[in-house]
Amino acid sequence: MERIDIALTVNGVRYERQVEPRRLLSDFLREDLGLTGTHVGCEHGVCGACTILLDGDSARSCLTFAVQCDGASIRTVEGLGEIDALHPLQESFRRHHALQCGFCTPGMLMTALDLLAKYPLATDDEIREGLSGNLCRCTGYVNIVSAIREAVAARGDDTG
Amino acid sequence: MSETAPAGVAEAARPGIVGARVQRREDPRLLTGRGSYTDDRKAAGAVHVAFCRSDRAHARIAGIDPAEARRAPGVVGVFTAADIDAVARPIRATSNMPDYRATEFVPLARGKVRYVGEPVAAVVAENRYLAEDAAALVSVDYDPLPDAADPEAALEDRVLLHEEAGTNLIAAREFARGDVDAAMAGAALVVEDGFRIRRKTPAAIENRCYLAEFDAGRRALTLHGTTQVPGLLRDALAEIFDLPGHRLRVVAPDVGGGFGAKASLYPEEVVVCALALRLGRPVKWTGDRMEDLTATSQAFDEIVRAKLALGTDGRFLALEADVVGDIGAYSIYPWTASLEPVQVVSFLPGPYRIANYRGRVRAVATSKAPTGPYRGVGRPVSTFVMERLVDMASRRLDMDPAELRARNLVRDEEFPYKSGSGIVWDRAGFQDCLSSALDGFGYAARRAGQAEARERGRLVGIGIASYAELTGIGSRISAAPGMPINTGTERATIEIDSTGAVTAAFGIASHGQGLETTLAQIVAEELGVRVEDVEIVHGDSAAVAHSTGTYASRSTVLAGGAATLSARSLRAQVVKAASHVLEAAEADIEVRDGAISVAGTDSAITLPELARAFYTEMRRIPKEAREALDLSASATYDPFFGTATAATHVAEVEIDPQTFGVTVRTYVVAEDCGRIVNPMIVDGQVHGGVAQGIGAALYEEVVHDESGQLLTGSFVDYVVPSAAEIPDVAAIHLETESPSTLGGYRGMGEGGTIGAPAAIANAVADALSACDAQINELPITPDRLFRLVRPDR
Repeated sequence: MERIDIALTVNGVRYERQVEPRRLLSDFLREDLGLTGTHVGCEHGVCGACTILLDGDSARSCLTFAVQCDGASIRTVEGLGEIDALHPLQESFRRHHALQCGFCTPGMLMTALDLLAKYPLATDDEIREGLSGNLCRCTGYVNIVSAIREAVAARGDDTG
Repeated sequence: MSETAPAGVAEAARPGIVGARVQRREDPRLLTGRGSYTDDRKAAGAVHVAFCRSDRAHARIAGIDPAEARRAPGVVGVFTAADIDAVARPIRATSNMPDYRATEFVPLARGKVRYVGEPVAAVVAENRYLAEDAAALVSVDYDPLPDAADPEAALEDRVLLHEEAGTNLIAAREFARGDVDAAMAGAALVVEDGFRIRRKTPAAIENRCYLAEFDAGRRALTLHGTTQVPGLLRDALAEIFDLPGHRLRVVAPDVGGGFGAKASLYPEEVVVCALALRLGRPVKWTGDRMEDLTATSQAFDEIVRAKLALGTDGRFLALEADVVGDIGAYSIYPWTASLEPVQVVSFLPGPYRIANYRGRVRAVATSKAPTGPYRGVGRPVSTFVMERLVDMASRRLDMDPAELRARNLVRDEEFPYKSGSGIVWDRAGFQDCLSSALDGFGYAARRAGQAEARERGRLVGIGIASYAELTGIGSRISAAPGMPINTGTERATIEIDSTGAVTAAFGIASHGQGLETTLAQIVAEELGVRVEDVEIVHGDSAAVAHSTGTYASRSTVLAGGAATLSARSLRAQVVKAASHVLEAAEADIEVRDGAISVAGTDSAITLPELARAFYTEMRRIPKEAREALDLSASATYDPFFGTATAATHVAEVEIDPQTFGVTVRTYVVAEDCGRIVNPMIVDGQVHGGVAQGIGAALYEEVVHDESGQLLTGSFVDYVVPSAAEIPDVAAIHLETESPSTLGGYRGMGEGGTIGAPAAIANAVADALSACDAQINELPITPDRLFRLVRPDR
């Protein structure tokens, strides 16, 4: 199958690759770049596990073709903190036990970053509404909401 | 009440590592995208499988034409039943339960298909895209067979799913105690109704995925996979492929949720192994969500007729139930099809004193995906039915539902109490859970608030559900009725290596429960080291000689017990070795926070120093003493029976009179899960379980049409609740240490899902009490609610 040249930036690193037009961004990140932190839960845009930031906006990498991202800047969970130096939002998730199996977590984090950057999130209802495109089967969301609430309070310092 | 996690709790808060809110050691890797889930693994030269699956519920396969698929780009091969059966020996889920008929385990369909989504052919190609392209080109010619999707029609055996069984009735059982008929006849009140809970699917966010690698030089097969039961799979695959255990290894790396869905043997697991053997290349299958919703084990599909007899004082006199369980197309390995429906009947009497009981169950095969374990197994259904009967009776007696429960829950002085189905409840806070939940909920005040809201025309309801479950089951009881494998023990091996590092190896498999943290807490406390000094190995069949895995709320009790026994034994060895090195009496040696010292002196060594003295500096401990020692200990723990875990859930809901949508406003759980290892993790288990129970009550339903065609093949159709649908959940923990388990632990991973459907159903019924609508079918979708309230429409 024909391949298309693309150039894009992922977590600050520039990549030039040839991809099939049908290659999903999620597969491109996971298979071609080895960034397996982005997870795929449904491949039809409902569960939100594959959420990444595409030019600053949250997007479903399972509903995006890699060729659409020519020239784009992408941020994935690998672009947040490090194992020994977690991002404040990751710290908050850990402190609040906002993850169990961890499979939905990268998508939750990237969605939360987008919410924190754009919305007041003045109430828990607003946080819950903002998270409603990301499914978690383990936590019952209670502690995810708590973790984001703390991040809202700390927003003056660092959102991202 | 659950509280916000305090900031900055030390990794190893002492005193009492067990019981501390220790932060999870799994988290940094999972939060940074550095976890290692099965689909993250790459194997050089791997090929990918895509399955051609049945689009018919019940049909004979007249022919399969793989020619076009074989010609497609990148295709390595197309394989059907004969190819797999040539290398895989047959296996089936046997049971010594009378009136049980095992069905065959079918890796790829042999001659006929029995559900939509059943694997028919396996297409192997150089990558997943090409494999899926080619799978769509496999042409299967089907001769339709008559519909076999309706469980009640299936009982009539006019259409047989498994001809060789001669019947669709796969299992039947009856429990009886006392004289039910006499008690019913003499009762002041009998409430009776029919109940239906619609089929659910566990829907872990990580789909199933397997990678099989065959090392031809060593004749060794390794399967990495999304499984809760690596040891159990190893044993099954060893039988299927006729390999000794040391040449067959099953590894569950990070696993993205299971809830029972990843606790059985699957056709895809056998197929990837068979193809790896045949092709000599690593073979990977990554399932998608549609495959998960069609072909992963489903659950909670029962039709129940039940009646409860009461005296004038509200005492429960007798209970009777007839259950038909729709078990789907096959009896799942190893649990059998009886797992779910039989437990509905065995747990139906709940935490109550009921002298007379008769429960009958029939498990019937239908042309749907096989059912298997799902969080709660049977008890979400039994609790829904029993707790609805209790509320129906309280209404007829004009007695508060809380009071009616208090009068009938087993009291502290009555333990151990044997239920009508033969389950023995050890001492647990049945009554305390009810009173604590009501207090935490603010029951009296909320009832007053509800009355006010009703005057303003709002549909507000309060629902209570009490239940008890058996957890941490030992060898005396099988996790599923009559199953020939042992699910009653777990093993741990703890070793101090020559660097002084402590490694504790288990066969259980953590898939979200935080067992790397909680087991490290137990080992650290018992051994006298810091939590961060202990590495936990789990999810690997090679880690210990025997294990089944993580399911049935067993891992804290069983693996925790094995950890306790082996850590105690290892600590004794450490003390002996240190007594030589420090030249002190064993009685004077203290082991704390990884430091070994002589009491009352400043004479001390670290664990690495002790290890060096034992393994390397051969003159420090006399040869005879050294040879009698080992800085390694293994132990197997068997709780023999098991232990009761009890809880009461209280929910407040409101129904929107325009949309008939139900909103859960307040939710309180009081649970007695015995001694708590990590309260943060226990809260999280309760929250998640309740969310799944709310899903079962209000949203989730696997829908088939009358022919058995699946109508819910995506997350748009199968509605898993999001953050917007789940309320804050307050968890109150009672800690009645179990008298029956080492450490006093009780299992608690499933309880949230057991109580919530009943509590929500009772709350919705309460909200509608003015129109006397009975909530007897779950999920309570807006559509069902509308038809219930407006039967004319």
